[in-house]
Amino acid sequence: MANDHIDLTVEPGEVHALLGENGAGKSTLMNQLYGLLQPDEGEILVDGEARTFRSPRDAIAAGIGMVHQHFMLVPVFTVAENIALGAEKTRAGFLDRRRARREVLEVSARYGLPVDPDAVVENLPVGAQQRVEIVKALTRDVDLLILDEPTAVLTPQETEELLAVMRGLCDAGKSIVFITHKLKEVKAIADRITVIRRGQTVGTASPDTPEDELAALMVGRAVTLEVSKEHAKPGREVLTIAGLCVDDDRGVRAVDGVDLEIRAGEVLGIAGVQGNGQTELVEAVMGLREALTGTIKVDNEDLTGMTTKQILRSGIGYVPEDRSLDGVVKEFSVAENLVLDQYDRPPYGNAFRLNPAAIDAAARERVEQFDIRTSSPGSAVSTLSGGNQQKVVVAREMSRPLRLFIAAQPTRGVDVGSIEFIHGRIVHERDVGTAVLVVSSELDEVVALADRIAVMYRGRILAIVPPTTPREELGLLMAGITGPNAASVAPAAGSEDKGTK
Amino acid sequence: MTGVSTATVQEAPVTVAPARFMDRQRRLGVGVTLIGLVAAILFGALAPSQTARFTLSEDAQGAALSINGQFGAILFGVIAIAAGAVLLAGLLRRYQTTILVLGILAFVLSFLCWQVAGKFLPLVDTVSGSLELAVPLILGALAGVLGERSGVVNVAIEGQFLMGAFFAALVGTMATSVWAGLFSAALGGVLIAAILAVLAIRFLVDQVVVGIVLNLLALGITGFLYERLMQPDAQSYNEPPKMPEWRIPGLADIPVVGPVLFDTNLLVWLALILVFALHFGLTRSRWGLRTRAVGEHPTAADTVGIRVRGLRYLNVLIGGVIAGAGGAYFTLVSTGSFNKNMTAGAGFIALAALIFGRWTPFGALGAALFFGFAQKLATYLSVAGSPVPSQFLNMLPYLATIVAVAGLVGRVRGPAAAGQPYVKS
Repeated sequence: MANDHIDLTVEPGEVHALLGENGAGKSTLMNQLYGLLQPDEGEILVDGEARTFRSPRDAIAAGIGMVHQHFMLVPVFTVAENIALGAEKTRAGFLDRRRARREVLEVSARYGLPVDPDAVVENLPVGAQQRVEIVKALTRDVDLLILDEPTAVLTPQETEELLAVMRGLCDAGKSIVFITHKLKEVKAIADRITVIRRGQTVGTASPDTPEDELAALMVGRAVTLEVSKEHAKPGREVLTIAGLCVDDDRGVRAVDGVDLEIRAGEVLGIAGVQGNGQTELVEAVMGLREALTGTIKVDNEDLTGMTTKQILRSGIGYVPEDRSLDGVVKEFSVAENLVLDQYDRPPYGNAFRLNPAAIDAAARERVEQFDIRTSSPGSAVSTLSGGNQQKVVVAREMSRPLRLFIAAQPTRGVDVGSIEFIHGRIVHERDVGTAVLVVSSELDEVVALADRIAVMYRGRILAIVPPTTPREELGLLMAGITGPNAASVAPAAGSEDKGTK
Repeated sequence: MTGVSTATVQEAPVTVAPARFMDRQRRLGVGVTLIGLVAAILFGALAPSQTARFTLSEDAQGAALSINGQFGAILFGVIAIAAGAVLLAGLLRRYQTTILVLGILAFVLSFLCWQVAGKFLPLVDTVSGSLELAVPLILGALAGVLGERSGVVNVAIEGQFLMGAFFAALVGTMATSVWAGLFSAALGGVLIAAILAVLAIRFLVDQVVVGIVLNLLALGITGFLYERLMQPDAQSYNEPPKMPEWRIPGLADIPVVGPVLFDTNLLVWLALILVFALHFGLTRSRWGLRTRAVGEHPTAADTVGIRVRGLRYLNVLIGGVIAGAGGAYFTLVSTGSFNKNMTAGAGFIALAALIFGRWTPFGALGAALFFGFAQKLATYLSVAGSPVPSQFLNMLPYLATIVAVAGLVGRVRGPAAAGQPYVKS
């Protein structure tokens, strides 16, 4: 059961934050409110009147709009086409494109949301796509706007702008339900807060509740928000990337002349808004994507041209960013997933057969060691929660002798308890002398884990800065802005500003 | 937010690694240059130095365009090489498609000069023959466009053709009405489309598998009924009236175009009108916008209140009507009676035309005409006793599709959600 007797009241003109961990049931609740899912029990009242929503059509008619976490825009359509879709105006049987454009421009001017009606959506950055989504909802005359994790894909500055837009909408009399798990944003914008845990409302809070109390309410126990770790003791240079260029799937340059080095016993964090080449950089290192130019060396051994299997076996651990696609085979058991990298080697098997006893024994050990919550090692990975699935990946990748550990979005879709655990393991890996590369679009995560932060923007490393760098500055760097502040910080970190090359 | 006033947005400098030299235009250039070389050298060498006559009438008489075969083969070969060279040099990028078409056209003309040297080729007959062969392909490909643009892959066009052809012959004969035949052909197409739609949309079965099975089903049913019903008593079951040809006075007297377009049957007009109708419908109408949205991103369409499955049903069924009518062409226009497996893979060529035409109505039209021309030329060559086996030309549609799908002629990107059933999360 994703939602268990939840009560929620939203007043006109307020920002109501819905706070909860991944998988707590926030999106399920909102999808019922938007007519995408039907409740088994209970009712929805709009302006005191009971309504049933069989489909989003009914919800839109009742004045409810929703901006989904994964944008609901047709990539090959223009902005105006996307906004008109479903509520098209026609003239003599044909689409009235001029009117559609005019409406977009009107709404965009009225609420201060700049969008270009003729731009094709797939060419727009995510921040602009989100504005399109909001304009789309507003052209439908909504009274209540649901924003599902809207800040997950934004830079800190874009988040600021979004919060300002939300404020403006409330002043115009609209109500907003703001779904998030980020405490800082909740405190910055919300008028009231409802906390959901495991499908139940566990409390309401006011925005001046301290962060640690909110966190405790959300998780159900006291949590440490910081990662405790000693100072790094960097050793020899393990990973050396020089002049790396990589294309993305569309053949567009995604990594554009990156130089990077990571030493044994340090964590290098790559910060940046999603889609600035981080994915392609990591895939190139792992041999999953062709490196057009440049070298990738681990302990002076060139990885370019090696297969992924060879790379993994040369002492590199890899947590891929898309867990369900690249991290685990969901239909396989926990035990099988734990030996996906070594199934053809003793003691787990050889070229002809598997050794189930050894696989099972190893699995029991890992399940214990990595606190993987499963009914048995034989259960399919798909039955595990996101956090426990991720622990399976981490456990597998850490059970080889490592020189370099690469974690891409290591805690995406993972509950707070598992986040603490995974962060602890990453720091432990660093402390035993492994070089660690952490890529995350959550700035908090990068700051908490990294000993040095490389900010990536449009395929380049703009600067390498210490984790003590002020947030605004990191935010500006993530938006591609290098000012005198950033420039003065970069050399102090012992590296030149790669962006000016 | 300190520092904003003095900050500068990072200019994107010139990329470090050079852009790939062999881009799409240059790859095309290599291809066009190569076929140009083949044309100029091989065709030029083989062509006898005799006059090739392209007559405007249907026979050897009357006005004609004449050229020395060998000279023409070399000349058009050189033109193809020139077009290839322009592409290869990276020039005139804006007119890339035009130059590409010019190069291919020159190659075809060079080939014709070689083949026709010392003989004649009746132009009207060739053009109208190509169009006639193309009509069912156009209709079939349009049915495919309708389905795939809304996200349902239709590989059952062949089966819809067969059912259309069979019912047109059967009902047409029994009712002694060509229109009753045409109407039941559409019903036959809809029958297959309905099974496809229910299995693919409602029961989420793999659409390609369903399509193949439906083709076999249609082949089995029509084959069985043909042997049991039509063959023993052809007179009462398999002699449908032929579709009448209508001549539009005045317009039909225009040379070449007149007899081809204005002295012909209803299905030819229907096919051509549908191309325009579907083009404007898809690009300009509410239905078209919604259809494309459902084929690209069904969840997005659902969240703005569009009935995804309903629209898919509608489009697949309309596609069935169109493909069924295409099937009627085989019995009511081409041959005048049904025969076991008489469509002989035309449905698959229509599918190829759909892909080669990049899922657009006009693309489908162009591809279908090209394939129709190839088939017509194959017949001409075998009659004219050419050394080139006619099977080579019959291979052309499939070859062209492989080239297109392999991405050699621009990137082929179909609707993103084609083939994926829509399930609400």
